[in-house]
Order: sequence, then C-alpha cells, then structure tokens
Amino acid sequence: MWKTVLRRIMIMIPEVIILSLLVFLLAKAMPGDPFTGSINPKADPAQLHHLMEMNGLYDPWYQQYWNWVVHLFHGNLGNSYQYQEPVARLISSRAVNTLWLALFTTVLTYCFALPMGMYAAKHEGKLPDTIIRFYTYITYSIPFFVILVIGIWIFGYVLGWFPTTGSISSTANPGISSAGSRLYHILLPGIMGALFGTVNVVQYLRSEVIDAKRSDYVRTARSKGVPEADVYKHHIFRNSLLPIAAFAGYSITGLLNGSIFTETIFSYPGMGLLFINSINYRDYTVITALVLIYGILNLLGTLLSDIILSIVDPRIRIE
Amino acid sequence: MEENLNKHSDVSAADLDRLNKEAQSEATPAAAKIIWDEFKADRPAMIALFIVVGFILFVMIGSLFINTPKMMETNIMNYNAAPGTSGFWLGADSAGRSIAQQLIVGARNSIGIAIGLTIISSVFGICWGLISGYFNGYIDWGMQRVYDFMMMLPMTMMIIVIVTIIKNYNAVTLTLIFSIFYWEGTSRLIRSRTLSESEKDYVAASKTSGTGSFNIIFREIMPNISSLIIVDTTLSFAENIGVETGLSYLGFGLPIQTPSLGTLIANANDPNNITQYWWTWLPAAALIIILCLSISYIGQVIRRSADASQRQGVSD
Repeated sequence: MWKTVLRRIMIMIPEVIILSLLVFLLAKAMPGDPFTGSINPKADPAQLHHLMEMNGLYDPWYQQYWNWVVHLFHGNLGNSYQYQEPVARLISSRAVNTLWLALFTTVLTYCFALPMGMYAAKHEGKLPDTIIRFYTYITYSIPFFVILVIGIWIFGYVLGWFPTTGSISSTANPGISSAGSRLYHILLPGIMGALFGTVNVVQYLRSEVIDAKRSDYVRTARSKGVPEADVYKHHIFRNSLLPIAAFAGYSITGLLNGSIFTETIFSYPGMGLLFINSINYRDYTVITALVLIYGILNLLGTLLSDIILSIVDPRIRIE
Repeated sequence: MEENLNKHSDVSAADLDRLNKEAQSEATPAAAKIIWDEFKADRPAMIALFIVVGFILFVMIGSLFINTPKMMETNIMNYNAAPGTSGFWLGADSAGRSIAQQLIVGARNSIGIAIGLTIISSVFGICWGLISGYFNGYIDWGMQRVYDFMMMLPMTMMIIVIVTIIKNYNAVTLTLIFSIFYWEGTSRLIRSRTLSESEKDYVAASKTSGTGSFNIIFREIMPNISSLIIVDTTLSFAENIGVETGLSYLGFGLPIQTPSLGTLIANANDPNNITQYWWTWLPAAALIIILCLSISYIGQVIRRSADASQRQGVSD
C-alpha cells in the first residue's frame, strides 16, 4: 500500500511545480500594480518607480519566480500589499474559519446522508426511497449559490434566526460565549451546505447497500437466523460504510471550492472571501498564495480519499 | 455470384418483403422513438420539456424586441419601482431599469452561454475520453496526468483570475474560458465506458479486419455509448447554467452592462434589496431553479430510457 501512496506523491510533485509556475505567471499578467491605488495620487511617479524597484517588480519573470520559490521554502509568502501584514499570518487566521466551516459541514453531511442512504436502500422501490431520491434530485439540480441566497433571505433576514454576516459577534466575550457565537455563525451555512451536499453519499451508500443485500454473506446470515436489524447493523452497514469514508476527502475538496460562494454570501471572513477581496485590490501575493494553497488542498483531499479507498478495497492497489 | 445466389434462392420476392417487415418490427426501436415514448409515459417530463423548450424560444424571440442599451439606461425616476407600477410588470431595480426586460435578455445570455459551454466542453470531453480510453498505454497515461492536473486546479479561482487578466471579454470569450475548465467530468465518464467498450469482441473483430483507429473510435465505439453521451450532455447543461450565473453573481462573469440571471441575483447582495425590494432578485433566482430542475428532470428521463429495465414508456 505504501508503494501506491509513494507513487501518488511522486506524481504530485511535478503537478505542484507546474501549478506554482502557472499561478505565478497568471498573477504577473494581471493588470494594474499594487501601489498606484494605495499611495497619495499627488505622489511623485519616481517614488512609485522606486517602490516597484524595491519590491523587485521590474526583474525578469524567471528571476521573480525564483525569488518567490526560495522565499516560499523559507515559509515566507511575502507581504500583503492591502493589509500590510505577512501573507502567511493573514491566511492562517482566515484558514481557521474556512476549515471550521468545512469540517462542520462535512460532519453534518454525514449525519444527514448516512441514515437517508440506509433508509432508502432498506425500503428500495417503496415510498421512502422515492421521496429520498426525489430529494437528492432537487438538491443536485439547483445551483448551490442560489439556494444560499434564498436561505439567507428566509432564515437570516425575514425570520431573523441566524446572523447574516461575520464569523463572531463583536460583543462576544472570550471563552464559552465566543465559541458559541462562532458556532452560531456557521450554523446556517453549515446546515444548508450539508442539506444540499448529501447527494453523492446518499446515492453511493444506497447502491452499495442494495448490492450488499443481494450478496451471499447476507443470505447466509439471514438463513442462520440473524435478526433482520442485526443483519443491517453488523453485516450490511459495516461493509457498505467503509467506501463511504473515502468520500470525506473529496467532500472537503468540494467544500473548499464552494467556500468562495458561501463566504461571499454570508460575508464570512475565510479564505474564499479573502480571495475575492484580494482580486479586487490586486493583492498579488495573497492571490498567488491562495490559489496555490487551494490547489495543494485539492491534491491532499484526493490523496486522502485514495488512501482510504486503497485500505478499504485492495483491488485498487494493483498497479 | 450474387445473381446466382438469387436465382437459386427459394424465397420469393413477396416472402422476402414480408420477412423484412417482420424483422423490422421485432428489431429494437430507434433511440429517438424510445426517448419520445418515455416522455409520453411521464407527464411531469412532458411538462418539463414544454417549460424548457417554450422558455428558451420565448427569451430568444422576446429579446429580439428589446433594445438592450436603452434598457440598461439609468432612470432615477423609477428608482426601485414596485411591480405593477408605471408600466413595470416586475418592477425596476435601483437604477430604474425594468426587471422584466432584464430577465428576458439576461436569461437569453445565460442560456446562450450555457448552451455554448455545453457544446464545446462536451465535444472536447467526449473526444478526450474516447481517445484516452481507446489507446491504452502511454497515450492514456499522459492524458490522465493532464486530467489529474486539471482536477487539481481550483476552478472558480482560476476562472476569476483569468477573467481579471483579460480586459475586454464578451459572451464568446467567456464561454471559451469556462470551457477550459469544465470538460473533465465528461471525459472521465466517457473514458471509463470506452475502456470497457474497447475490450468487447466487435472492437477486436474490427481491429483484426484492419479498420483504422479513427473509424473504430468515432464510427463504432461512439454510437454504442451514444445514450451515455446524451444523458451526460443534458445533465451538464443544467450544471452549466449554474456555472455562468454563479460567476456573474460574484461579479466575474458577464460585464455589468450585459444582464445575466447571475447579475440580477447579485442585487440581493444589497441588504436593502434582499429585504425590501425582493422583486429585484427573487424572480431571477426562481427562474434558475425552475430551469435547472426541468433540464435535470429531462436528463433523468433520458437516462431512464437508455436503460431498458427502468423504462416506463411502452413501445408498440
């Protein structure tokens, strides 16, 4: 198994290198510069020129790329031009918010999806199955951002049950109340993300369980007199659940990509919102760092899923 | 030789005719007929089809009668006019522009881009998947690495970055930019089907008799997986409506002077609009939901008709 993992990691290295080059060149190609807007419009053009030179923005691109990579390996992602603060610190403070939301949503997704998938498979072809399949069809079809906008309208504005902006209320005291406030702020996006993100897990679990129901070991269990509830609990569920665990990696990857929408709509200060702000301010250093981080997180999410799958299903290891 | 055969054949012309007819009536009906029967058997599917086709025709024709630059002119007198007042069926936005007209033109733009994106990304993804799946070995390995790399890219972020770089873009360039990033799903699906299809006997037989790879791929394998292609294209059409509207919603899709369903929903970003002036954004949101549900339902019906064991329509 370690061979498979090692091989996967070997393939990842050139991918990350190409991504870093691509990201760097794209950021260089973006119009405008980070200084013109931020300094006094009456300032001397020579001063601007000097600033650009100080920051090495006139060097040839390969030189700039090389400097950037060297700094990267020293853990230095540069300074944010907009926030005047090291990018690493800026992003890590935002990343905590994004990861909390992603983790919360993933846990909730499984809480909703596992019983639904099991229940649908148990009553295959009957009314509950039809209802659950109809539900997954609806959640799968509607673009997620539309649902979020409607959700924040109904539950945030009209009913006023949930906060509509931020990650923590400004009056929260440190300690229990701040943790509670944080949870309160991720409740609505988390629940909506979970309710509308169940489709993959439900469909996969349903078909796994339906397959398992017809397999020989289940027939054996039944014929030796195992009670029906135990057949599901000990025989079917345990076997069908393992592949589902592998979805966790993909699920987090998907949530990260959706975080741009979720965070913009809920004005939730995570990495997605930081990205949109940085684009608007042409904050290159932040943009490049974020795209790179998201790319690497995508890779790690897929890798995690593949590792779980290869543990669960030995057939995948053969290569 | 052939004449000889005919002469010695004891089947008369009339019999041959009858046998032909029998064979035809017993043969599998044409794909189009199966799909149509499936629609006839499923009333909601007919309604969905009617909604989608009717709506697309309506906005395509309706938008011809709307003068877009004039529509987008600011008119402060009609600031957030309520629906039904001063000739605005669906009210006006904060710049006094008619929501109903923007909906029609915006829906045309959004649907047009979604259609373009579906065609380009599907054609590319299908070719990619067919070629990658048919030629095993190094070609497949290389193409799979490109696929892996594309899958790693954070798509939304990349599109936003590219859109910021290109100063003057329009609906066509935007469609092309989206297409770069949205072919992977199709290619993966087609590749896995092609892999299993390539191992079948008819492909081996065709190879032995010396048919070229191009003919095997596009004349023999592709027709055999056509039902999968149709289903996937329909479902990705519904998804692609979400792609453009989502990015326009964030402000990185169509330029501001070109209305889209996404830019209309973006009106909801203003807390005043979302609470008081619901007509500025809710109709667009409802429209997207209805469209996506209908198209997706049509896709499911076609998927069902491709699988003989699940069909509901009775073919005569």
